[in-house]
Amino acid sequence: MLNGLQFGVMLFLMSAGLTLVFGVMGLINLAHGSLYMIGAFAAAAVAAATGSFVLALMASLAAAALAGALIELTIIRRLYDRDHLDQVLATFALILIFSEGTRWMFGSFPLFLDVPPMLAGPVTLPGGIEYPAYRLSIIVIGLLVAVGMFALINRTRVGIRIRAGEADREMIAALGVDIAKLYTFVFALGAALAGFAGALVGAIQSVQVGMGEPVLILAFVVIVIGGIGSIKGAFVGALLVGITDTMGRFLLPQIFALFLEPSAAVSVGSALASMLIYILMAGVLVFRPRGLYGVA
Amino acid sequence: MTRETWINVAALAVLLGVPLWALMADEPFIITLATRAVIFALAGVGLNLALGTGGLVSLGHAAFFGIGGYAMGILASHAQAYTPIMEAPFLIEGTKSMPVIWLVAMVTSALAALAIGALSLRTSGVYFIMITLAFGQMIYYFAISWPAYGGEDGLSIYKRNEFPGLNTLVPMQFFGLCFAILCLTLLLMNAIHKSSFGLALSAARQNETRVLSVGMKPYHLRLVAFVISGAVTGLAGALFADLNRFVSPTMLSWQMSGEIIIFIIIGGVGRLFGPVIGAMIFILLEHTLGGLSEFWHVYLGALLLGIVLFAKGGVIGALAGREKAHD
Repeated sequence: MLNGLQFGVMLFLMSAGLTLVFGVMGLINLAHGSLYMIGAFAAAAVAAATGSFVLALMASLAAAALAGALIELTIIRRLYDRDHLDQVLATFALILIFSEGTRWMFGSFPLFLDVPPMLAGPVTLPGGIEYPAYRLSIIVIGLLVAVGMFALINRTRVGIRIRAGEADREMIAALGVDIAKLYTFVFALGAALAGFAGALVGAIQSVQVGMGEPVLILAFVVIVIGGIGSIKGAFVGALLVGITDTMGRFLLPQIFALFLEPSAAVSVGSALASMLIYILMAGVLVFRPRGLYGVA
Repeated sequence: MTRETWINVAALAVLLGVPLWALMADEPFIITLATRAVIFALAGVGLNLALGTGGLVSLGHAAFFGIGGYAMGILASHAQAYTPIMEAPFLIEGTKSMPVIWLVAMVTSALAALAIGALSLRTSGVYFIMITLAFGQMIYYFAISWPAYGGEDGLSIYKRNEFPGLNTLVPMQFFGLCFAILCLTLLLMNAIHKSSFGLALSAARQNETRVLSVGMKPYHLRLVAFVISGAVTGLAGALFADLNRFVSPTMLSWQMSGEIIIFIIIGGVGRLFGPVIGAMIFILLEHTLGGLSEFWHVYLGALLLGIVLFAKGGVIGALAGREKAHD
C-alpha cells in the first residue's frame, strides 16, 4: 500500500508537468520521459562528483529545467500551432536524440545513485510497520510538491496567468502578458518536476538510458484517467494508478492461488497484474471519455 | 501520368531491381535488407489507411505488428513441437503453412484492432494517441509477463514456414512472395481510396460535421478503417517474424509503433506509396548510418525533426509538389 502511494506520488511528479504542458499549450510531449532521464543522469553525475545528495537533487532540477527551456525555445515553440501528429513526431525525434546522446556521453551501462545515509535505514511507523525512510521521504516530498503546485496554480499571479493562458491565449496576450515567456516557464517547470522525479527514483532503481519511456507511458495513462489539463486529475489518477498497480502485482497472484495451482496462479496473476492499470483506464474511458476531471 | 505516378513506378522498380541485382552479384544479405524494406512498407501501408486517410494518429500499431508475429510464432512453434495448441473443446493444431498463418495473423490482429478501436475511437485527438499507446503497452507487458511463449526472451522458429510451390528458404523466393503481397495490398488500398468508403473516411477526417449531416457515422467509418489497417499491419508482422524466424516483445514495443509512423512521414502522409518510399529510405539509412556510427538514431532523430519542421509532405511531397492525389 505504501509502495503504491510512493509510486503514485512519483507518477504525479511526472504527470503534473505533462498535463500542464498539454493543458496550457495544447502540446503532447513524448520527450517528457527524456527530461526525467536527464534529471536522473544529472543527479547521478553530480552525486558521483561531490558525494552530496542534496546537490544532486538540485542538479537534477537545474539540468532538466535547463534542457526543457532549451528545447522549448528551439523546437517545441514551433509546434504549438501544428497538429498532434507533428508534435508526436518531433518529440519522438527528440527522444531518439536525447537517448542516443546520453548513451554517447555516459555509455550503455546503468549508473547508480546511492540513497543518502541519513535516510538509508527503516523507520517504524505508528502501528509497528517498518518502512524504508527514503521511500517515506519520497511520499512526503511528493505531497509537498503537490501542495505547492496547487498553491502556485490557484493562489499566485503566475498561476492566474497560466490558467488564463489555458482559457484564452489571444486574450491574455492582448492584456500585455508575454505569452511566449510564460510558455517557456511552464515547460521548464514541468521539465524540472520530471527531472526531480527521475533523480528521486534513480536512487531506488538504476539510472539508465530508456528509463524514462515506461514512466512516460504510465504518466499518459494517469493523465487519460485524470483528465487532460487538470492538476487535481493528475494527482488522483497518479495515486489510483500507483496503488492499483502495486496492489495488483501483490494481490492478484494470491487471489488466483485460491483456485489454480501455484505456478499457474503466479503466471496468470502476474500477466494480468501487468495489464490491470490499462483495464482500469479502459473502464474509466467507457464511463468518462474525458477522464475523471476533464472538461468536455 | 502525374509526377507522383512516375515516382511510384520508380520506387517499385528500385525495390524490385536492387534484389535482382543482388541476386546476380550474389549478395544474399542485400536481398534480406530489401525484404525487410518490403515488410516494413507493408506495415506502413496498413497504418497509412488509419493515419493518412482516416486522420487517426495511432501510436499503438506495433500491437498488431506483434500480434501478427506471435500468431506465426505460436502456430509454428506448436507445429515444430508436434503439440496441439488446444485440445478442448475442439482440437487446434499448429501449422507451418504460410497461407493459414497469414489468415490467422490477419484475423487475430483484426479482432484486436476491433476491441482497441471500439474503445479508443470514443475519444479523439490527443486522447486517441495516448490511449492507443497505452493499449499497445498493455499487450507488450502481457507478452513479457506471459511465460508460455518465451516471455521476455521471445520465440525462435527453426525453419521458415512453407508456401506451396515455393522454397521460402531461398532469399529471393521469399522476397518475391513479400513483394507480391505488397503489390496486391497497394492495389487493394488504391481501390479503397477510390471507393465510396474511402471517400467518406477521408471526408470524416476533413470535416466531421458535414459527414454527420449527410447521415454517415464517422465512428463506424473509422472503426472499419482501423480494423483493416490493423489486419494489414498484422500480416506484415507475420511476414517479419518469418523473415527473422524469431518473434519477441520488441515487435510490440512502442518504439516499433514510432518507427512505422516514421516510414509514413519520411515518404509522405496519405500518399499511396508514402510508406513504401519511407521504408526504403529508412532501411537505407539504418544500413549506411548504422555502419558509420553506433549512434545512428541521433541522425535519424535530426532528420525526422527536419522533415516535421520544414518539409511537411515528406519525400513524395518534395518531389511531386503539394497537390495531393488521394484527397
